[in-house]
Amino acid sequence: MPNMSLKKHEMPSQAPEVRNKNFKEVALGYTAETAVEEAQRCLNCKNKPCIGGCPVKIHIPDFIAKVAAGEFEAAYQIIQQTSSLPAVCGRVCPQETQCEQKCVRGIKGEPVAIGRLERFVADWHNANSCDLPVKAEPNGHKVAVVGSGPAGLTCAGDLAKRGYEVTVFEALHLAGGVLVYGIPEFRLPKSIVQKEIDNLKALGVKVETNMVIGRVLSVDELMDEYGFEAVFIGSGAGLPRFMNIPGENLKSVYSANEFLTRVNLMKAYKDDSRTPVLHAKKVAVVGGGNVAMDAARCAKRLGAEEVYIVYRRGENELPARAEEVEHAKEEGIVFRLLTNPTAILEGENGMVRGMTCVEMELGEPDASGRRRPVEKAGSEFTIECDCVIMAIGTSPNPLIKNTTKGLETQKWGGIIADEHGLTSRKGVYAGGDAVTGAATVILAMGAGKTAAEAIDEYIRSEN
Amino acid sequence: MYKIIKKQELNPTVTLMEVDAPFVAKKAEPGQFIILRVDEEGERIPLTVADFDRKKGTVTIIFQIVGGTTERLNHLKEGEYIHDFVGPLGEPSHVEGLKKVAVVGGGVGCAIAYPVAKKLHELGAEVHSVVGFRTKDLVILERQFRAVSDVYKLMSDDGSAGEKGLVTDALKALIEAGNVYDEVIAIGPVVMMKFVSLLTKQYNIKTTVSMNPIMIDGTGMCGCCRLTVAGKTKFACVDGPDFDGHEVDYDEIMKRASTYKEFEKREREEACNLFKKEVK
Ligand SMILES: Cc1cc2nc3c(=O)[nH]c(=O)nc-3n(C[C@H](O)[C@H](O)[C@H](O)COP(=O)(O)OP(=O)(O)OC[C@H]3O[C@@H](n4cnc5c(N)ncnc54)[C@H](O)[C@@H]3O)c2cc1C
Ligand code: SF4
Ligand code: FES
Repeated sequence: MPNMSLKKHEMPSQAPEVRNKNFKEVALGYTAETAVEEAQRCLNCKNKPCIGGCPVKIHIPDFIAKVAAGEFEAAYQIIQQTSSLPAVCGRVCPQETQCEQKCVRGIKGEPVAIGRLERFVADWHNANSCDLPVKAEPNGHKVAVVGSGPAGLTCAGDLAKRGYEVTVFEALHLAGGVLVYGIPEFRLPKSIVQKEIDNLKALGVKVETNMVIGRVLSVDELMDEYGFEAVFIGSGAGLPRFMNIPGENLKSVYSANEFLTRVNLMKAYKDDSRTPVLHAKKVAVVGGGNVAMDAARCAKRLGAEEVYIVYRRGENELPARAEEVEHAKEEGIVFRLLTNPTAILEGENGMVRGMTCVEMELGEPDASGRRRPVEKAGSEFTIECDCVIMAIGTSPNPLIKNTTKGLETQKWGGIIADEHGLTSRKGVYAGGDAVTGAATVILAMGAGKTAAEAIDEYIRSEN
Repeated sequence: MYKIIKKQELNPTVTLMEVDAPFVAKKAEPGQFIILRVDEEGERIPLTVADFDRKKGTVTIIFQIVGGTTERLNHLKEGEYIHDFVGPLGEPSHVEGLKKVAVVGGGVGCAIAYPVAKKLHELGAEVHSVVGFRTKDLVILERQFRAVSDVYKLMSDDGSAGEKGLVTDALKALIEAGNVYDEVIAIGPVVMMKFVSLLTKQYNIKTTVSMNPIMIDGTGMCGCCRLTVAGKTKFACVDGPDFDGHEVDYDEIMKRASTYKEFEKREREEACNLFKKEVK
């Protein structure tokens, strides 16, 4: 008999007033009892609408049934067939627009807490299962992976499991991509990412950090001189955009990437970190996505008295995960919606003293289907602040495109790849944000999986 | 991990290190830079490639001890290791086709100017080097510069080495004496590059300057190295470090460079104290 409660079981969390002063994880995770009870809310629907909402088609009701039966390891094995990073995705996927949006229980009441269950299962496995992944029999073929974000890590893992000798080349000194330099510790503990990387190493994957492909070695050199038969490019979309408004190069104006990299990758949130970050009093974060929420919540945790999210559309258009918006509000972040910056004002010593903005209203839908914000005449006003963080989007870094002959890209820089990840160059595959532009972890992970399969087929057909 | 093959004190505050980094050595060109981290907890700092030996697989860096990181770096000995060392980054200097060039170096900037002068010399250009230091004890690379220069002008603020005066005085004298340069390449403190550019502008001589703002990744990911050139925002780590000296907004660069001054001072003091304790 299913549990007919209309509400999801609440996620135990640190209290807002406590957590907005520390960098420890906000959501603490279900206990085994709560997980079983929540799993019992699933109706095990015959047509499984939830699976249709999942970008990688996790067998959702099957794994939930195992949780309901208390067979957690079996649940993990089911998820693991289609997802390589469940502990990550259970924490960061926008479930409300994916699986949970399609869940039948959501028609009347709240959907099954699929994401929280996924996280529970992955954490349970990590805590209780000590079998290290087993190295596959080597098949004698070499593949290079560029970038160690979710796309690259997944592609590398899947190929290693098939016996390939895989080397991951990462530009930074640490592997993990956005998972380590962008998403903060309080949302995704770095130990979880490290565990995934350790698993890859146990599978025999070599991780070479400090290797900027395009500068240190080119894609062609990897193939012609180092004997890699195929290359997967998972280099992400790391190039920050700015608004091109006056004052953007003042001292206390950051791109979200810079601010988050200082705080996360370089650990500037710790007192003894050797990388500095400004501890501003009033911070305005421009943008409405996950990146903006993360930057705002980090600024608050660094001691800012007031933190604003300045976004030119309305509440319904905020692209961030619903949970992040909710958490940000609970933590005291102030939302200045339908507001668009026009200039950043210089105060003393080249620091920011404020930002002039205009009010916006929503007009007709634009190409993205969202209603286009238009400026209200004569509505200019100033927000007082001493730091501005620009979180208005990123695009793929042109370095690899510029150094790989014959690699075709879109006008905005995205690498062109077919549904298997094959680019315009034979043996060169790509996936994740490098192809789609800034998107999600699950899509990048899925693209890595698809490409691994295609690379396997390609190399076999060539030999 | 990258082994320090050789370490040499060039003057009390400037050190040279030759580092085993075959991948960097294979590709490096004058004008490019590397980013390093001294140890696992270190911050990332950029340093220009001062020289490289493709056969030996080594890269030479020259740095001034200015903050905590360079203090710690200077504390490493021959045979010890630098934790991370990535490069070559940035665009190489474009020196092909130049026939007669004035290379202007200021202070530790001479370490960056030297490989450029050397390359120009190898390509058969006439090289006039104008280098400036505060005082005699700080002079570096004199022998090396002389070996690749047709004219070598040494200037010092106090007159204790070469002539007393600024590099701009010497450069102006050379230009007034009838030397016609295809290009002036200026590398040193931002104020120096600013005044060299103001001078060459009067004579309409193309001028290239080398920028080294604060950086983190060095790949175009963070934007903290941004500057304004001809009214447009550029990232020094990928679009530079070389830029047209007549188009750079120097005042903005000087302001941005001071963002973490207080922090850096504290960091350096902490690093110094740490090492003092070790010695005791
Ligand atoms: C702050 C922030 C918060 C986010 N929050 C969420 C969220 O809650 N949910 C969600 O689903 N998504 C979120 N995202 C988006 C998600 O993180 C990305 O879509 C995902 O990480 C893309 O994966 P990827 O593997 O394609 O690239 P990335 O994770 O960007 O990894 C690319 C890697 O390639 C390396 N690289 C780049 N160029 C080179 C080169 N030339 N040579 C070698 N290596 C190179 C980079 O250093 C990087 O490590 C967030 C993104 C950010 C920035
Ligand atoms: S739609 Fe909801 S209730 Fe139905 S199987 Fe999926 S998770 Fe269970
Ligand atoms: S150092 Fe990060 S973009 Fe240049």
